[in-house]
Amino acid sequence: MQTTHPGVGSEPISMRFPRIFPRPKSDYGIWSWISTVDHKRIGTLYAVTSFLWFLVGGIEALIMRLQLSQADNTLVDPELFNQLFTMHGTTMVFLVVMPLSAAFFNWLVPLQIGARDVAFPRLNALSYWIFLFGSLFLNFSWFVGDAPNGGWFGYAPNSHLAFNPTHGMTYWVIGLNILGIASIAAGLNFIVTILNMRAPGMTLTKMPVFTWMTFVTSVLIVLALPVLTVALIQLQVDRLYGTHFYNTAAGGDPVLWQHVFWLFGHPEVYILILPAMGIVSEILPVFSRKPLFGYTFLVFAGVAIGFMGWFVWSHHMFTVGLGPAANSAFAISTMAIAIPTGVKIFNWIGTMWGGSVRFSTAMLFAISFIAMFTIGGLSGVMHASVPTDAQQQDTYFVVAHFHYVLFGGAIMAIFGGIYFWWPKATGYMLSEGWGKANWLLMLIGFNLQFAPQHWLGLDGMPRRVFTYAENMGWENTNMYASAGGFLMAFGVLLFLINVFYSARKRVPAGDDPWDGRTLEWSIASPPPHYNFEKIPNVEHRDDWWFTKHPELIAEYYHDEHEGELRAPSGAQFDDDVEDEHHDEHTSDHHGDDDHGHGIHLPDMSYYPFILALGLTIVGAGLMTIIPVIIIGVVILLWGLIGWSMEPVNDPVPEGASHGH
Amino acid sequence: MASASATYEIKSEHGEVINTSTGLSNKKLLMWAFLGSDVMFFGSFIATFLVYRNRSLVGPYPADILDIPITSVSTFVLLMSSLAMVLALSYVQEGRKKLGTLWIFAVVVLGAIFLLFQVYEFNHFAKVGLTPRTNLFGTTFFILTGLHGAHVTLGVLWLMFLGFGSIKGTLRADNAIDLELAGLYWHFVDIVWIVIFTVIYLISARDVAPPGSVPWVPGAH
Repeated sequence: MQTTHPGVGSEPISMRFPRIFPRPKSDYGIWSWISTVDHKRIGTLYAVTSFLWFLVGGIEALIMRLQLSQADNTLVDPELFNQLFTMHGTTMVFLVVMPLSAAFFNWLVPLQIGARDVAFPRLNALSYWIFLFGSLFLNFSWFVGDAPNGGWFGYAPNSHLAFNPTHGMTYWVIGLNILGIASIAAGLNFIVTILNMRAPGMTLTKMPVFTWMTFVTSVLIVLALPVLTVALIQLQVDRLYGTHFYNTAAGGDPVLWQHVFWLFGHPEVYILILPAMGIVSEILPVFSRKPLFGYTFLVFAGVAIGFMGWFVWSHHMFTVGLGPAANSAFAISTMAIAIPTGVKIFNWIGTMWGGSVRFSTAMLFAISFIAMFTIGGLSGVMHASVPTDAQQQDTYFVVAHFHYVLFGGAIMAIFGGIYFWWPKATGYMLSEGWGKANWLLMLIGFNLQFAPQHWLGLDGMPRRVFTYAENMGWENTNMYASAGGFLMAFGVLLFLINVFYSARKRVPAGDDPWDGRTLEWSIASPPPHYNFEKIPNVEHRDDWWFTKHPELIAEYYHDEHEGELRAPSGAQFDDDVEDEHHDEHTSDHHGDDDHGHGIHLPDMSYYPFILALGLTIVGAGLMTIIPVIIIGVVILLWGLIGWSMEPVNDPVPEGASHGH
Repeated sequence: MASASATYEIKSEHGEVINTSTGLSNKKLLMWAFLGSDVMFFGSFIATFLVYRNRSLVGPYPADILDIPITSVSTFVLLMSSLAMVLALSYVQEGRKKLGTLWIFAVVVLGAIFLLFQVYEFNHFAKVGLTPRTNLFGTTFFILTGLHGAHVTLGVLWLMFLGFGSIKGTLRADNAIDLELAGLYWHFVDIVWIVIFTVIYLISARDVAPPGSVPWVPGAH
């Protein structure tokens, strides 16, 4: 089994692309981060970057709340207000919730399925770098004074050159296209990882729910993002090359944009919330000391949401006038999707029911998620009613609704996930005292900000308008909302204080501080770079829990597990017969000096960074600067050719210990 | 680890050991997932074409300009390239280097001929008076077929790369999966063309000026 394949192993070296820089080897310094292919490091990069964007998007929100705190305020002019709400929405969706979820995917999926890395580590690095450069490109527009101003949905023809002649929406179109490539690459990677890299015995129904939700989300990303790409390409060629997709003078149809955008946009909503649901489904059983209630139902509900999410998009368009048939169909499908969502909520409550619940910070965030998400879900299903929706469209009621879902839902769950897995990732605990203060301020501030917006919306206060008149009676309510916004920001500040405080205190966490259930708690904190010294054999759902408590097996799973066939694992073997020099996940090089005993991990590579850089420069060049395109293409080709000719692992020098 | 692998070994039809949970290689699964993604990409553009059918305000309209016989020839060429692809993969898997190389380059040549047809067609249309900026038909037609052409171009370059690999001996029976991936991609692009050909050239080819639009007069643009 362990014999190498001489032909495959040595041949590609003869056609290796000449390297300008030596292949990085060091584990330290900035170069090691730029060239890393370790899923844990990439997860950390995602987390830090998107948290910085979270602060940026939050500041944009605070400026808007300041502006709206008084009637007829002149702090912000209408044009800047347009830019603020456009960039706030775009940032929070594409640069915060999606990549923060990706940070969890990266950190957790290989650990939860018992793998040593994702299926394509270099592709994974590429996703991150494209995301980083794309986000910088998008926000670069602030510095040229031309930030996008057409809303995160970029409705054409309002975003068309005829009505929006500055460069802002061009930055938006190209920036989001770049980010879309990153998302699709990551989605493909996690689909393959989850299907192919599971440890022996981990059948699909034994996968942790977070991994399941990652899988559903990845499928949605891979299928939904191309639709956005199409909409953006159409708008881009219209703006840059004078085609007519959305040129109303030539017969272009504004409703088409809405259809294409929301056909992406509604699955996108589930792309944002399903990972959060996965996180909560991991936290609740641990702190209730009970298995998840109705695992199979919960997983199927998640899959059902992912599927039905494709058939509800036109509820964003009830006021367009699509006719009673279309409106009824989408009203029914929108009401129907509340069913699997409700199933999940009852499953979570059932998980806590009768458990010995510990109210740690992570658990508090998870419970808040259920409460806030239920409120957001209820106001959401109200929009399924067409006449009701006509009253609420474009008012602050909608703003309140989706912030309950996306902040009260997604962000609360993500914070819970940070508190839950922080000890695993760093090896030390986050302070529970600061954590609870952080939770309380965020929860109160959030409700103070967004609950009143339901009233404002029902009273007719329109969204996306930079101010309101004095005699409307909205001053007090808006003042509360603004105060709540700053309270929330203060809560986030406490989180940052907690991070620095805890990093100084460094209370050691141990391997399994919460008495966890899934495989990531069975290894050291922080995990060694090869994750598992020995790939685990999985016998049960919540395998680690039953490894620790074998006496409970009979109680929960009395008859399910006799004589099951073990699925082979992609991560298990140390060589890959099929195609050594191109394949990403295994090869012939030992991991580290003393540890890992001949575990094979891919070598570091700087080509993902270069490829992403080239791609972004090409994107920037599309703003009709031809020489920049040429520079970008050259860098892109350098990255592409270098990558395809680079073996995953350089050959081991003679005499180096192999370990097998 | 050697003992574990002995227990869980699964062999593919060609006798290679595949060490994944599904028994499919990672790369093949990646390619299938990517093609699913590409379906949504082309699907959205084809839907756009259909939505904008009969909605151009000025000519030329499809009936004025589309040439079904010529495009049928190029379609036939592309379909035959898929046949060549199947033969190429089969020979490479059998380790018959010369025949494998020959058929890979046959795919390359047929793909290039298809692209030349497209270049001719685009040029001809531009001369007669249809560009992406002319009307909705021009916009949707050029962007959809142009992006398909870009896919074909990428496939031709990829297959050239593999063809030279076959000559040098780096593409062999034991890593024929690399050619199989290119083959999956190539067949997919071919299938997309069948849909595009049907939608544009067969369904829309007789579309004349819709009510309220100006009929097209050749040479008067």
